[in-house]
Amino acid sequence: MSLFAEAAQFLTDPAHWTGATGIPQRLLEHVGYSVLTMAIALVIAVPLGLWVGHTGRGGGVVVGLAGALRSLPTLGLLTLFTLLMGLGLMPPILALVLLAIPPILSGTYSGIAAVSPALVDAARAMGMTESQTLFRVEIPVALPVILGGIRNAALQVLATVTIVAYINLGGLGRYLIDGLAVRDYSRMLAAVVLVAVLALAADAVLALAQRLVTSPGLRSTGDRP
Amino acid sequence: MNWLTNNWPAVLELAGAHLMQSVVPVVIGLLISVPLARLAAGNRWLRPLFVTGSSLLYTIPSLTLFVVLPLILGTRITAVSNVIVALTLYVIAILVRSCVDAFESLDRDVLQAATAMGYKPARRFFGVELPLAVPVMIAGLRVATVSNISMVSVGAVIGIQSLGTLFTDGLRRSIVAEIVVGIVATVVIAVVLDQLLRLLGHTMTRWQRTGTAAPHASARRRDDTGDGADTGGARGAAGALATVESGGASA
Repeated sequence: MSLFAEAAQFLTDPAHWTGATGIPQRLLEHVGYSVLTMAIALVIAVPLGLWVGHTGRGGGVVVGLAGALRSLPTLGLLTLFTLLMGLGLMPPILALVLLAIPPILSGTYSGIAAVSPALVDAARAMGMTESQTLFRVEIPVALPVILGGIRNAALQVLATVTIVAYINLGGLGRYLIDGLAVRDYSRMLAAVVLVAVLALAADAVLALAQRLVTSPGLRSTGDRP
Repeated sequence: MNWLTNNWPAVLELAGAHLMQSVVPVVIGLLISVPLARLAAGNRWLRPLFVTGSSLLYTIPSLTLFVVLPLILGTRITAVSNVIVALTLYVIAILVRSCVDAFESLDRDVLQAATAMGYKPARRFFGVELPLAVPVMIAGLRVATVSNISMVSVGAVIGIQSLGTLFTDGLRRSIVAEIVVGIVATVVIAVVLDQLLRLLGHTMTRWQRTGTAAPHASARRRDDTGDGADTGGARGAAGALATVESGGASA
């Protein structure tokens, strides 16, 4: 039990809340890597998922691609890219982007593909252009599913950013790796608490966002065709 | 390739350890999740508790669990049992959710038909409810298995032997081939296990392809919104039950 007390002590020590190795700095790094990763992954995966979902072309390829990417071990990509490209920010970000793409891609694709064809036909019959159909009908209807995929990806990225400390970058994983090196378990436990709290907070924020952007017309699911 | 020919016994041993650490949690997790999910399905108190609890559990990063569990369980930090317990928790987090959905989406008429045909609760569970829940359970198992196989390698960061050891060792000694072998071996294990599960699901759900169960079930649901008193639906449910029984017998 003293270990937990020591971890609490680590977390409440004011000295750990300032400077370049302080908790706020590590937290900022952790969130920074995650946001950068998500931004790149969103730019790649969302348009691709929208296009495939809307046109219905290449659906099988996307599902296969997402499945194949999902089975790639991130730690393996991280170490491989680091060996090939040297230490730096880009190798881990690249590995994390590959981790984030599958959930976003399959969420976007399956969300759009699941929109009722009758709805799309009605939109076209009312004279909407293809882009109007996509942006005014398909995307709003598919938004909860799309955001579900993004939420999933964000959580995986936040969790996995912990291991970039292994290749000398910052983030909350720093405390885990450094703590392990000197067998300082209280520091590791403190890091665990911080990562878990960050993940839970991010999940809560994203869940709220998911609720807020859901069109009121979609909330009562009972009488949909 | 040279690296592999010189080191394949070690790779094989690590692959075995990797396989063990990813499959054992799936089996234990399944055995725990099914009864938990059956208890929670339709229960006003247990359902939100288990469903929210499991999704909270899933947000906790695997590396942090690998570190915390030895402190709680009193095991060594490099013990394989930490990975097994941690991944079992993840499997439960995935499976309880999908199993609850599976049990709750069972057609009530099929269950009533089973009871009317004299099925006792236990026999109804194993003979009707469980087989009907198989497709959703297999889907959950496939997700859990593939994500486990990827997560096991993270244990190498804190010194637990698996194919992930090839990544940490390869980085330390700057051997690209070692890392590539590790990645390829991990993907191969994931693909093979995923396909095996798909096949298993296929053979266990042959009743799905007889083409009678699904239309009846959905037709019946539409009837529900109209008037309740009709016999066609009941006949459909009995038909569905019959196909379940024949499927269960042949599988």
